[in-house]
Amino acid sequence: MADFKCEIIIEGKKNARDPEGETIMRDLMIKHGYDMVHSVRSGKILRVNLTAKDAKEAEAICWKMVNELRIYNPVAHSCTIKVLTE
Amino acid sequence: MKVIVIQFSGSTCDRDLVYAMREIMGWEVDLVWYKEVTHKLDNYDAIFLPGGFTYGDYLRAGVIAAYTPVMQEVKTLAKEGMPVFGICNGFQILVESQLLPGALIGNDTLRFSCKWVNLRVETSRSAATKLGVKGDLWRIPIAHGEGRYFIDEKGLKELIDNDQIVWRYVNEHSEPTKESNPNGSIDNIAGICNLEGNVVGLMPHPERAAESILSPWETDHGRLYFKSIENFHREMM
Repeated sequence: MADFKCEIIIEGKKNARDPEGETIMRDLMIKHGYDMVHSVRSGKILRVNLTAKDAKEAEAICWKMVNELRIYNPVAHSCTIKVLTE
Repeated sequence: MKVIVIQFSGSTCDRDLVYAMREIMGWEVDLVWYKEVTHKLDNYDAIFLPGGFTYGDYLRAGVIAAYTPVMQEVKTLAKEGMPVFGICNGFQILVESQLLPGALIGNDTLRFSCKWVNLRVETSRSAATKLGVKGDLWRIPIAHGEGRYFIDEKGLKELIDNDQIVWRYVNEHSEPTKESNPNGSIDNIAGICNLEGNVVGLMPHPERAAESILSPWETDHGRLYFKSIENFHREMM
């Protein structure tokens, strides 16, 4: 068994407006010269440390957990899971 | 009527709700801490989930409360026809429990919004609008930061086709305009019910509008919400 650092990234779905992302882009980035930025989506990251047999199992545990415990609401959010390190 | 208000860690509108139902409506009301719901919930005529900020709204408003053991029992009873009502955070808990479809996400204004709004009753088939007529205008206040109702296109069509939209935010002329929508809710939705009409959630607070002294217009439209529930109960008997 080994320790793994996993990131659970929760973002709003593209068809749900993200006023926080829009404001960060419009009132901060573009206003301060970063006009090459054309899209910003805000979200939430849960950094989870867990013990698993291997990276594959670590990812499977995370997916099971996010779906079972509705860590994201699939109606409004999308979810990405990254296993970072062993 | 004998009802229960379930008080969670972070509920803040529970006592207002108890006051409205006990003092104004004259109902028998038990306010019970969520871990102490030891007596059978099916002894009650209805279950209420009050407003507040359960578990600090962490992760997403209502989601942690939705996983408490008492909510598993509420879910079972709701599916058997028990009337279940969620106000504000209670609505968020009902959505996160999947007793009601969709999601409640951050207001598009990025601000907590606390003000009076106009609601148009869209159906009288829900347990909380039995005495309403489609088109009635209710003045009821909101107080929330995560009240933007969202559902995908297919889900919205189903809500419309099944007559599950109970209230919409409208202007003084009963029109659901962008300006009258306080949080960016899709299709100006303020409250919905399940297919059977026994589970109803809304973001505005009828308990804060249940007597005329509370309203700038001396209205008591919140009372219609409770009177409707009383009527629904009578019909069920």
